[in-house]
Amino acid sequence: MSIEAVDIKYVYNAGTSAAVTALDGISIEAGRGEWVSIVGHTGSGKSTLAQHLNLLLTPFSGFVSIDGVRAAPGSREARAARRKVGLVFQYPESQFFAETVREEIAFAPSNWGVAGDALDACVTEAASWAGLSPAALDANPFSLSGGERRRVAIASVLSARPDYLVLDEPTAGLDASGVRGLTATLRELCSNGMAVIHVTHDMETALSMSDRITVLERGVLAVSGIPERVAEYLSQRPVKGLVMPPSVRFAQGLREKGVSLPLVSRVDGIIEVLEEARSRRKR
Amino acid sequence: MEQSPVFFIQGAGYSYKGASVSAIESVNLSVTSGEWVALLGTNGSGKSTLAKMMNALLPPMRGVCFAMGMDTSAPELAASIRQNVALVFQNPDDQIVASIVEEDVAFGPENLGLPSEAIRARVERALQLTGLSEMRRRGSYSLSGGQKQRLALAGALAMEPKALILDESTSMLDPEGRASFLNCLRELNTRGITIIQITHRMEEVVHASRVVIMEAGKVAWDGSPDSFWEEKCAEFGFDTPQELELLRSLRAGGFVPAGTKPVVNDLLEALCL
Repeated sequence: MSIEAVDIKYVYNAGTSAAVTALDGISIEAGRGEWVSIVGHTGSGKSTLAQHLNLLLTPFSGFVSIDGVRAAPGSREARAARRKVGLVFQYPESQFFAETVREEIAFAPSNWGVAGDALDACVTEAASWAGLSPAALDANPFSLSGGERRRVAIASVLSARPDYLVLDEPTAGLDASGVRGLTATLRELCSNGMAVIHVTHDMETALSMSDRITVLERGVLAVSGIPERVAEYLSQRPVKGLVMPPSVRFAQGLREKGVSLPLVSRVDGIIEVLEEARSRRKR
Repeated sequence: MEQSPVFFIQGAGYSYKGASVSAIESVNLSVTSGEWVALLGTNGSGKSTLAKMMNALLPPMRGVCFAMGMDTSAPELAASIRQNVALVFQNPDDQIVASIVEEDVAFGPENLGLPSEAIRARVERALQLTGLSEMRRRGSYSLSGGQKQRLALAGALAMEPKALILDESTSMLDPEGRASFLNCLRELNTRGITIIQITHRMEEVVHASRVVIMEAGKVAWDGSPDSFWEEKCAEFGFDTPQELELLRSLRAGGFVPAGTKPVVNDLLEALCL
């Protein structure tokens, strides 16, 4: 069971002098229980790719298949497949319309006929996953702070219990405890069998959380693979707009000094390697 | 003559209609010209409300808030305050008004009634500082999230403000975009522009000259970045940036001397095995 985008091409303003190719032959796959990151600089096409995954955009060529179903746009199969994919937008405000947080979160499940206690349970559960207090449920979403709005946006997508969750820069505007909470929630949902497709330009999170990473550069694939290999590749062939996290840059510098270690290491791991190197040199 | 503060806020409070708790309980804050203040705090601690108060978008309900000596609760001063104090929001869609990049940047100065020569010069400078010169004829809404954030900054800079308030205005930028945005701010700051930067990113605090932490609508702590890192960063539950974590561990292991800066290249240079 997986979501698959195959050889996607997409052009904005096609047929005009302002035509911009946003994606050129991009493929990506995420199985249930996997965490896949789509990383790229500003304008690399990563948000455009995200909007293909929930069939919001129709590719010029290529296709998206969900659990093996390759749905034609607007078809009944497409609507059914779309229910399996939740998309949290870059700007949470762009998806709000209800007057209370509760209605906002209840929208998708109640549309599908969930009602009464089951609906309440569904809303409460999604709210707590997103780190919203029960008191926040009666607030107007537009009266909330930026970080709280983001939590509402995430809760209103989680209440639909998607099998594939696509998040476009979900931690922008969240405070440190919010980021930790969201990351832990996503990890848990992931280990319960949901796929997480994380769109980000934060290499640090991508390297530490993902099973696989796809890096886009101006709409084409720059590199794709497991975090350690992607880090090796990018340290040799940097991509514009992406900066490797300090620990990787430090590890790279250590290699140049003749200390060998994996590029993707935690700080305590780096210190261990340094201590070994020091004791070897003393001997 | 002693210089008057850019911002003078005393006992200021604000509550939104229908809300059970005040967004701002009571804030005392004085900022002098040329300071770079990192304004931190959890979601909902009142940072954005304070920013809107400093820009005369929200008048204080209690206490006083002055910007460049002008009372922010006086409606007749609001236009003049906003000319001097620019506020850049988190969501650039909230402030992009024109459909073409350079027209959007020109919107503010045009409203000031400047001669067209002066407008062109300001637009040019703002586009250059924000790295948007090449995209000047692009449609504003065809830009990516990060490009829109730079456009929002360019629009603010074209007003040539004395103070710049940034409400998480780098949240959508990629690391390189953020680095050039910060370079641009550093340049402005050395020219004497006061910067109030609301952020959750600890690596941005490194550039500030002062750190103010908000909690439940009040200023909970106010001090230097150095003492913030040493005492308050962990206490208030902020994330330690990886560079600082590296520095601490390397110091503890005796791998780098005291006084080494939390910057990867400095750490590598200072490293002794």
